Amino acid sequence: MTCSRRAFLKDTLGCSLASVLPLSAFTLLTRTEARAAVANSNVRWGFLVDTNKCVGCGMCVKACKNENEIPYDAPVTRTWVERYIVTKDGRTLADSPLGGRDGYTQREISEEDIEPEDIAKAFFVPKLCNQCDNPACVQVCPVGATYKTDDGVVLVDREWCIGCGYCIMACPYGVRFFHPVHKVAEKCNFCYHRITKGLDPACVQSCAFGARRLANLRDPDDPVTQIITTERVAVLKDEYGTKPNVFYLGLDANVR
Amino acid sequence: MKRHVLHPLWVAIGLVGVIFIARQFLVPDDFGVHGDSFTYNYYRLSNVQEWKDFEIKYRGRDSCRECHADNVRAHRRAPHKRVECENCHGPSGNHPDDVEFLPLNKERSMCLRCHADLDYPNTARADLPAIVDRRHKRGRECVECHNPHDPREDVS
Amino acid sequence: MSEEIIVHGVEWTAKELFVYPNEFIYWSIQIVMYPYMTGLVAGAFVLSSLYHVFGQKDLKEIAQFSLVFSLALLPVAALPLLLHLQQPLRAMEPLLTPHFTSAIAAFGIVFTAYGLIVLSEIWFVYRVYFVHELELLKSRSGFWNVLRRIVYTILTLGARDVSADAVRVDHKAAKILAGVGIPVACFLHGYAGFIFGSVKANALWMSPLMPVIFIMSAVVSGIALCMFTYIVIMEWKAFRSRRRDSAAAAGEIKGVETDVIHKATRYLLGFLVAAISLELLDLIFRGYTAMKSWDILRSVMYGKDFVNIFVLQYLLGNLVPFVLLLLPGRTIKRTVVALLLVLFGVFMMRWNVVIGGQAFSLSFAGYMHYHIPLIPHSLETFKEGLFGALTVIATPFVLFWLIDKFVPSLRRDIGEA
Repeated sequence: MTCSRRAFLKDTLGCSLASVLPLSAFTLLTRTEARAAVANSNVRWGFLVDTNKCVGCGMCVKACKNENEIPYDAPVTRTWVERYIVTKDGRTLADSPLGGRDGYTQREISEEDIEPEDIAKAFFVPKLCNQCDNPACVQVCPVGATYKTDDGVVLVDREWCIGCGYCIMACPYGVRFFHPVHKVAEKCNFCYHRITKGLDPACVQSCAFGARRLANLRDPDDPVTQIITTERVAVLKDEYGTKPNVFYLGLDANVR
Repeated sequence: MKRHVLHPLWVAIGLVGVIFIARQFLVPDDFGVHGDSFTYNYYRLSNVQEWKDFEIKYRGRDSCRECHADNVRAHRRAPHKRVECENCHGPSGNHPDDVEFLPLNKERSMCLRCHADLDYPNTARADLPAIVDRRHKRGRECVECHNPHDPREDVS
Repeated sequence: MSEEIIVHGVEWTAKELFVYPNEFIYWSIQIVMYPYMTGLVAGAFVLSSLYHVFGQKDLKEIAQFSLVFSLALLPVAALPLLLHLQQPLRAMEPLLTPHFTSAIAAFGIVFTAYGLIVLSEIWFVYRVYFVHELELLKSRSGFWNVLRRIVYTILTLGARDVSADAVRVDHKAAKILAGVGIPVACFLHGYAGFIFGSVKANALWMSPLMPVIFIMSAVVSGIALCMFTYIVIMEWKAFRSRRRDSAAAAGEIKGVETDVIHKATRYLLGFLVAAISLELLDLIFRGYTAMKSWDILRSVMYGKDFVNIFVLQYLLGNLVPFVLLLLPGRTIKRTVVALLLVLFGVFMMRWNVVIGGQAFSLSFAGYMHYHIPLIPHSLETFKEGLFGALTVIATPFVLFWLIDKFVPSLRRDIGEA
């Protein structure tokens, strides 16, 4: 058995030496001093959608496509508006043709024409990326191509994304898609290039009815933040534990 | 014990070594954890600035006012006052430097977005004046009769 | 920029009722092929290890074959991913900046580790053969012999000692690697199951049982493929030798050893029972707990996908081969039929998980139908269509043929324990 003991010692030495290389890799993941520069802890972006005010005009979808260079005719969009009709006999119908890009000008929903007298309630629900606090999409990215910034927006690094689609599968809200031209993952980022310059996101600016509003959740004087903290708001699909930052007024129980 | 048993191990270590050397060249220097958690904050730092530098297309009504003050003033006093100029006129971008005339959308379908009568009770839409598309001057453009800057005006 | 505008998924996805605008079937046939191929890899390796680690002497020949075949399967396991990635040129990134909170990041590490283990084990089993071949080739000339000499010189890694001691060390090392390789093979396929099972957004995938189900069915498919390929090769060799009517050849190649097949079949049945039990358990639990997603899941499983799940997978792919293999008087022909059905059943299981999980919308109020592109008319419809899948299936056999030229897998005199 001397042979195997020596072998064991030799193997152990070999493995220890071999593991020095991978262990040294941990030093490659350093917290850079840039963290101080990036830290924006007095800003945390949030969003308020008031479904009572949305009329389904779809201007937000059109503006978003133009602002963020999403090919206009492609059936994908960073934000969209859904229409719900709840009939008096308890059926819920919903649609979102091209995300509501052209607005809702026809009464037909899923090829059915519901008579007005049969409608118990009908409403529109704008949706966009919730910039979650615990984003499932970021957790599953295998290469660190998507991440959460210090001011709370989830971004996608177009130069690094490998296009595996795991983040798209992981998002419970269906906000992600493959950009048809860049061939990487894509989603709403609250128009990060605008909000960091003091502008509103394109969808917020284009909404004539005030159904969409941006908020700085860390600013107690922000009027939108005040609504979120003092009035009764809801979020979508909170059972997934993602902690979304898009809040809704008038969110109906029938909303998918 | 025969030493040749370690030969594959050296090959393996060599391969792993190659990967680590490749990392030095292929991974950008600012790639790392920039925040509290490896789960949510592992990324290439310079990407943040890349997104901040993305081109802005919609400049907003205040920038239109610089040259088109009359139109903006008239529009602001009318029922369409909360509709952004660029909603119908298109994103201004670098106008007038790169585009002299913005692609104005005067089509009927633009107006129908808000003003098609869907007859849904209890929505904000119900407060808007609306038409049933096929019954009101079908096939004609709305702007033939209605001034979009001030819809109270009849321009027919 | 005049780049092509292709919305990935729009070509093969048909939406019904209310589906979110951005939802398409993003993970299509190649993502079905990927766990299928890694499953074959894991299963082939486990079969080979049953001989090397647990000393199941009856399995010696098929074990050797399985080991080499698992090497041919390994690069092919990565092929579906390369065909699926929207940015295949960045495929090395999971090795460069692995985000370990993602199951897919494990891919680079596990795959590399597993590849090294398989390669090392083959090296220890075949080293003596390499050295002997080098001796034989010393005196020969000609392009093919020179090439073989170069290859074998590299393959020996400078270890030319073929004394009895050295050979004993080789066998010991092979055994250790085979033992270490089993948990790594399990991990290789368990993590693939984890990729799906940990997606909480997908009501069909989300389950702690998923990694175990995947491992069990992987081993089933691996054993079945190795048995099938082994039978085909051995029977063909015997057929060829009978035609040549050479006495020496006929004596050497007797065709498939039925003992080997019977032994391997017992293992196959064991893993098959485990796989079926876990899948049924998952189904029963979902029905019993009836979470929010149950209504749409039920309508998909019992409606649209009923044939795919209950007829093709459970009946044809599991129950029928189970019965075929258990009935007395089992012949090689009947075994082959059962093996093909098992392989088909495991494929359907992958299909029903990957495609089935995308058959319903996140809204739980709509459906998506997958129409796999049959005739490719663009790069995308080739890569993510029938021909892409066929390419993936054919490649391991091509690779195996090539590898077998240098590492003969069916020689009985190699790797005596």
